[in-house]
Amino acid sequence: MTDTLLLPAAIAALALAAAFWRFLVGPRPVDRVVAFDGLTIIAITGLVLSALASGRSIYLDVALVYALLSFLGVIVAARYLEGGEQ
Amino acid sequence: MNALAILGVMVMTAGAVFLAFAGLGLYRMPDTYTRIQAGTKATTLGTILTLVGAALIMPDWGVKLLLIALFLMFTNPLSSQVLARAAHRAGVPATKESKADALAEDREELA
Amino acid sequence: MSTLMQGLGLVIALATIGAATLAILTRSTVTAVLAAGLVSLLASVLFVVLAAPDVAMTEAAIGSGLTTFLFFFVMGRIRRESEK
Repeated sequence: MTDTLLLPAAIAALALAAAFWRFLVGPRPVDRVVAFDGLTIIAITGLVLSALASGRSIYLDVALVYALLSFLGVIVAARYLEGGEQ
Repeated sequence: MNALAILGVMVMTAGAVFLAFAGLGLYRMPDTYTRIQAGTKATTLGTILTLVGAALIMPDWGVKLLLIALFLMFTNPLSSQVLARAAHRAGVPATKESKADALAEDREELA
Repeated sequence: MSTLMQGLGLVIALATIGAATLAILTRSTVTAVLAAGLVSLLASVLFVVLAAPDVAMTEAAIGSGLTTFLFFFVMGRIRRESEK
């Protein structure tokens, strides 16, 4: 079971690496917020994969809390950046 | 391992491929607005496909996975819109290849 | 611990180190706050990989949600006060 999940996990890790590169270099703060949003959503996939690999459904609660709070962080950061750069 | 689980792994792989496309878009796109486009639309589809695949593998978890999927469907387009508006108000320039800026035209009409 | 969990833990740990380095080295306050939020988000995934879901939930709630919210709220207040 777990071994067949290795392929989607590896592809998701590629996506994580690309989005993380954008977070590291992104010239403007807005680019970094976009990369942050993408990274949290890719991490939710990682949480679901680890829930499947270990067979424990409580890990999905963590994914739910994670989705809620990362959304809140992105909204607050965007509201701050609306006032101008820096 | 039954047929439903094999289908679930295939759907999960398709979702992971969409996530990889989103990462490629974040890596390659020329300006902030196109990165917002790549980084929020494609990740929404990829994550929802992954959740559907997980529900096919473990049918008992369906309710929780549906809750996460519904939540993502509500929040992700919203954060995309808020980010694009914030970038526009902060004066982030678009790439030179872009042809139109409808929001700036509307602002001028209203002002 | 399966191969998948080990690989996931390794990738997440490397990304955590990268985000922490960015938080130290950057000159921009917004980037530093975002990188610190990313560190705690990735750390909560790492806690899940290490089979501690309750710790992960607390880390995601406090470290990422509340701290990032508080930082941006206070920075917005400071900017409004200094514009007056």
